[in-house]
Amino acid sequence: MMNPVPMLRRLGASTINALWRLGFATRFLIATVRHTPAAFRRLPLTVREIYFAGVLSLTIILVSGLFVGMVLGLQGYDTLARFGSSEALGVLVALSLVRELGPVVAALLFASRAGSAITAEIGLMKATEQLDAMEMMAVDPIARVIAPRFWGGVLAMPLLGMLFTATGIIGGFLIGVVMIGVDSGQFWSQMQSAVDLRQDVLNGVFKSFVFGIAVTWIAVFEGFEAPPTAEGVSGATTRTVVTSALVILALDFVLTSFMFMR
Amino acid sequence: MSTDNVVEIQNLSFAYPTGRKVLSNIDLAIPRGKVIGIMGQSGCGKTTLLRMIGGALKPSEGDVRVFGKSLRGMSQRQIYALRRRMSMLFQFGALFTDMSSFENVAFQMREHTTLDEALIRDLALMKLHAVGLRGAEHLMPSELSGGMARRVALARAIALDPELMMYDEPFAGLDPISLGVIGQLIRKLNDALGATSIIVTHDIQESLKIVDYIYFVADGRVIAEGSAEQVKASLEPYVHQFVWGEADGPVPFHYPARDYVADLLGRPGA
Repeated sequence: MMNPVPMLRRLGASTINALWRLGFATRFLIATVRHTPAAFRRLPLTVREIYFAGVLSLTIILVSGLFVGMVLGLQGYDTLARFGSSEALGVLVALSLVRELGPVVAALLFASRAGSAITAEIGLMKATEQLDAMEMMAVDPIARVIAPRFWGGVLAMPLLGMLFTATGIIGGFLIGVVMIGVDSGQFWSQMQSAVDLRQDVLNGVFKSFVFGIAVTWIAVFEGFEAPPTAEGVSGATTRTVVTSALVILALDFVLTSFMFMR
Repeated sequence: MSTDNVVEIQNLSFAYPTGRKVLSNIDLAIPRGKVIGIMGQSGCGKTTLLRMIGGALKPSEGDVRVFGKSLRGMSQRQIYALRRRMSMLFQFGALFTDMSSFENVAFQMREHTTLDEALIRDLALMKLHAVGLRGAEHLMPSELSGGMARRVALARAIALDPELMMYDEPFAGLDPISLGVIGQLIRKLNDALGATSIIVTHDIQESLKIVDYIYFVADGRVIAEGSAEQVKASLEPYVHQFVWGEADGPVPFHYPARDYVADLLGRPGA
């Protein structure tokens, strides 16, 4: 019979390691938030990070949003037409995007493009001793490097989520109204009456904001903690994308269950 | 502590949390105004020693005193205050890759002073001029050769006229011309700024030309010390092997291995 002790020992060790890492990441987040004033005192740095995380992610966000909206238009029309309610296509596209797909898919794309870039940049700065050099110059890297990147990502994410949703709705409109021929007035008016600003739109923006915190926190932490080797930076970048994706989906479930369950 | 010593290290030992001991019972003093070399083969603990002087690592035992203050029990804020009086040149320069040469040199001035931009510009250009790279102010680190990058890093290191300069392998990977230039700059800048310099290196020939005194570190201990002439004439087996670059000696050519014949005949452990 197999001896369970080594397996239990390994399980215990990996649990302790995971808890230790979570605790360290939490302390790291607290230190980053404590340096928020430093990030905003260096406003040009934070604006630069919003540009890198936000503006440079626009292409992938807008193109993906358009295609997701177009697919929703096609699939939604096909399903609704079976029940004779194709005029509700605008509502279906808008609610799907505003409540779920906009924040979630935009966050997943943000993690792959901006999150991985943040991790790689910080990891390489560590590997090339740039962070050590900063420390030796009596400049705290958390204030100078981490906090501006953290806030840049956190502020960019909700804006990207909203843009994804907006282009998605345009995609749905192009397919549903322009291509298939659903009535334009019904498409927009039903959407207007069914989508609630607080319940749907603001909750969606709030989701994006929470995902922004989670993804950027993971990205800066993984970069800062990356072993200073090529393999270490590559592993940290992969972990950022994988962990972010899992955390986004788990958080989405938790937030949805609080926001939309009556 | 003697007022003439910028750094004093007493009975210092250091081990990593894994238990690997790097330094044991180190005693040394760095007198004001001198260029001091700390030499030894790769992995002997030289850089660890430098990092402890900079307060980046804490000793397991013993004490490091810098500018008359013990680093033991110092808060991060106090260490940062101390670091503003010192500077370090990293092995490969560690220039900030998202900034031009000029911005790298101006970095500390912008972070630590309230000087206006016009004055910062003049000061940064003066520092770049001192290392012969005023004309390269607009170049990014990726556009600099290894020697130029090291010189820009040197200009950055002296940006705020530090009292203590630390050099971590400043000659590593440089061509002979760049190597000579960096060596001369270290000596000249030290004398011109009235600073004190510590050079951690294993480049024996270049460093012997510029240092006033040398400590040899091997197996985590100081095994020899003296002036360049004393070191060259030393009969201590390790120092002799190191200075004259002999392949075999106290540092063996062969990594410990099984018996050669037994290994070749396929009878490991025989």
